[in-house]
Amino acid sequence: MSDTTSSGPMLAADGTPLKTSLARALRRQKIRALALIAPLLLFVMITFIIPIATMLFRSVENQIVSATLPEATAALQAWDQTSGEAPSEDVFQALFFDLFKAAEAKEHTKLGTRLNYEQTGTSSLFRTSGRNLDDVGEEWQDPIEDIAPALEDGETWYAMMSGTGSNDLLEARRALWNDMVPDTFNGDVGLTLSDEIAGMLPLTAAAYSDWAIFEALEEERDISTRDPWEAVYAALGLDLRNPETVAAVNAYSGPHAEDLQLVTANLDQMPDLMFRDAFADLDEDWLDPEVWQTIKIYSPDYTSGYFLNAIDMEKGPDGAQMRPENQQIYITLFIRTLWMSLVITGSCILLGYPVAWLLANLPLRTANVLMILVLLPFWTSLLVRTSAWKVLLQQQGVINEILVWLGFVDDANRLILMNNATGTVIAMTHILLPFMILPLYSVMKTIPPSYLRAAKSLGATNWTAFWRVYFPQSVPGIGAGSILVFILSIGYYITPEIVGGTDGVFISNRIAYHISSSLNWGLAAALGTILLAVVLVLYWLYDRIVGIDNVKLGG
Amino acid sequence: MTDLANDQSFVKFDRVQKSYDGENLVVKDLNLAMPKGEFLTMLGPSGSGKTTCLMMLAGFETATHGEILLDGKPINNIPPHKRGIGMVFQNYALFPHMTVAENLAFPLEVRKLDKSVREEKVKRALDMVQMGAFGGRRPAQLSGGQQQRIALARALVFEPELVLMDEPLGALDKQLREHMQFEITRLAHDLGITTVYVTHDQTEALTMSDRVAVFEDGRIQQLAPPDTLYEEPENSFVAQFIGENNTLEGVVTEMKGDGLCEVKLDGGEIIYAKPVNVTKAGDRTRVSIRPERVEMNKERLQEGAHTLKAEVLEFIYMGDIFRTRLRVAGNEEFVVKTRNAPDQPRLTPGTQLEIGWLPEDCRALDA
Ligand SMILES: Nc1ncnc2c1ncn2[C@@H]1O[C@H](COP(=O)(O)OP(=O)(O)OP(=O)(O)O)[C@@H](O)[C@H]1O
Ligand SMILES: [Mg+2]
Repeated sequence: MSDTTSSGPMLAADGTPLKTSLARALRRQKIRALALIAPLLLFVMITFIIPIATMLFRSVENQIVSATLPEATAALQAWDQTSGEAPSEDVFQALFFDLFKAAEAKEHTKLGTRLNYEQTGTSSLFRTSGRNLDDVGEEWQDPIEDIAPALEDGETWYAMMSGTGSNDLLEARRALWNDMVPDTFNGDVGLTLSDEIAGMLPLTAAAYSDWAIFEALEEERDISTRDPWEAVYAALGLDLRNPETVAAVNAYSGPHAEDLQLVTANLDQMPDLMFRDAFADLDEDWLDPEVWQTIKIYSPDYTSGYFLNAIDMEKGPDGAQMRPENQQIYITLFIRTLWMSLVITGSCILLGYPVAWLLANLPLRTANVLMILVLLPFWTSLLVRTSAWKVLLQQQGVINEILVWLGFVDDANRLILMNNATGTVIAMTHILLPFMILPLYSVMKTIPPSYLRAAKSLGATNWTAFWRVYFPQSVPGIGAGSILVFILSIGYYITPEIVGGTDGVFISNRIAYHISSSLNWGLAAALGTILLAVVLVLYWLYDRIVGIDNVKLGG
Repeated sequence: MTDLANDQSFVKFDRVQKSYDGENLVVKDLNLAMPKGEFLTMLGPSGSGKTTCLMMLAGFETATHGEILLDGKPINNIPPHKRGIGMVFQNYALFPHMTVAENLAFPLEVRKLDKSVREEKVKRALDMVQMGAFGGRRPAQLSGGQQQRIALARALVFEPELVLMDEPLGALDKQLREHMQFEITRLAHDLGITTVYVTHDQTEALTMSDRVAVFEDGRIQQLAPPDTLYEEPENSFVAQFIGENNTLEGVVTEMKGDGLCEVKLDGGEIIYAKPVNVTKAGDRTRVSIRPERVEMNKERLQEGAHTLKAEVLEFIYMGDIFRTRLRVAGNEEFVVKTRNAPDQPRLTPGTQLEIGWLPEDCRALDA
């Protein structure tokens, strides 16, 4: 055997250091244990961890703005948002093409909805503008078709744009489409852009590619015969505003060069329309710098905006600021949720403690009957129980009727027990009571009656014996029950929804509203994340103050 | 000591009966009187009602019938915390959430003693059980023996006149047990406390007590000092329960005038014995003889002894003594104990020999 006083490490029988062989033995145990819990771990991963991770992600994710308006948001970076003026023409020009695409793919309303969370009115702005962009494009389409009737034809366009080349532009445009509507635009477009024309008419080539990709892959039509969008004509018109381009066109000899040259020969018939004015015509809100501020603030892919929203703040031009007083709701709601959960926990302790004590101390047969009564609520649907409370609590309900009948309450002044905080507290206390009673009971069950007897034999009255000896030993049960009830109630939804009215709803009701009604999932996720963080912080505090080791769910 | 006038007794059970379920009497007819300062042990097999008696005395159970008197006053209606009785529980019942010192201070606190007095008394009590250094520990940080001492100190710290102990040494190992037995008796005598001690270990009962009450089936079978109990058991239960005992069954054939009776054993042998609870010829009896009173060396047999044939079945070497199992008059469990002396032969099984004893050592009890 190894000598402990010698300087070297202890050796196991086979000569390896004892620590190494111990570690090896432990590792093997750990692996076996891990294999045993692997199915559960997997289940928890899939059903719990991953959803929570996506929720956390959603609360900061904000790609919709830059994905829908890629070029406009890029152009917007140069805009000085403190100028008090709407951005310049180049931003509006980019907006036209971005929005045109989005409107064709019906994505512009989603963006409108998203931005509407931050600035009301944006939704309708995007919706109406998206509908009318065709008219703006026609400002170019009509004169071009008058000048060169061949350009009315999809076949002409196809022949003109096709050629040989690397197709880099097309692929770049495809990537932008896929950013906007993920994984939709894969496959063969059936178009090889001519490098020459793409170099000469960049805007036109880009717009035509956008159209071709959408037409071929989303609408699944034959692009060689279909007419392109109005936006393509607008792009051509813009390209030809550049004198160098006009010169290049005039020197061009590719397919349908003659048609293009017809247009360059009649440039005086082309409109000198500015997009800034066109958008102002569609809706003068486009000249409102606040709209553009909102777009610029939310153009990054990730944002703290949802979180700021969730704590009644918003992003202003110079950083975060509180929302106006009349729009602040969430902080109040969080505080109310915490406060009411505390009240519910408190009343559960008050009501549950004596019951648990009875359960633990009555003869077995009586205790069993009582236990069934305690568990009975578990066997009834939550909805049924809550609805039953509705029947009991309403102003014409059972409780009020009895009180009036007994003369405790005046018929004219019936108690308002429902659709307010009182109703929520009453109904939730009832519903969560078993979660307090059961841990309390299982802890009390392990306190031997001899402690109380010992205390009494030492001269303590019943009360002193209880308070000094029994109660301190039941505290772990109170701790466990309180954590359970508190955490359950902080996230409770159904009961406040049914009996809470407006004063008695919890933050979860708001989360549910944003998930199913307003569809602002980002805000819902941010609220949920904050709720989770609050619970974790409280848990941590509890551990620091009471010690989680002091929590007992059973013997 | 055995015969006490009512007025002298400190603790008195007067025809006490107890039933938990209204059907079975757990304590049947308990009469017991204890003078002040006595150390009385309740000894008996499991379920014989010892704890129940103790609980009635402490006030945690009420007697179904009869009266319990403490210092001449009936206590049936006094709640436990006013009885001023110290109690040591089988599992010690030290409050786990308090330190040792707090545990000891508890009875003083509820009696509203001053802090300085409290500290003084706690310290004295801890020193008394040689645990002075452990005041700051929690019960869970003490060994079983140490917990036991603290429980004892806690029961004594408020200077009760009567202390009840319910198998306080049950959880300790043999050596610690013997040590604590000594400590408890010493403390009880030094402090002059009246003690009721419950155990089912007969050695403990014999070594510690002034008197032992042997319980069986809710009744006291015999209440006597240890030596009387061992040497003069009043019935075969007591004889069997206390110490090792050989029994030979038979029928009384004649009551003799000289304090003996003649018994014809079932095997036909005739022996003489002291009649204890046989009264007339024809009674069936169990004759009881202690193993150490049997002599296997014929030369050493005393005058008047009678002999029986025996065959050695087993010989066990136990160090200080030899234990020989014999077949005597048909009984194969007949045990003889002899001192390990140089002249004592080590018998081999199968050896035939004659054994004998004095008729006075032999008691004819109930069958
Ligand atoms: N609370 C109770 N309810 C019903 N019956 C009980 C109760 N306590 C004890 N008994 C019964 O009373 C009888 C005597 O019990 P008691 O505890 O007095 O025995 P004991 O002599 O202390 O035994 P042990 O040596 O095992 O502690 C037993 O048969 C037991 O089953
Ligand atoms: Mg007992």
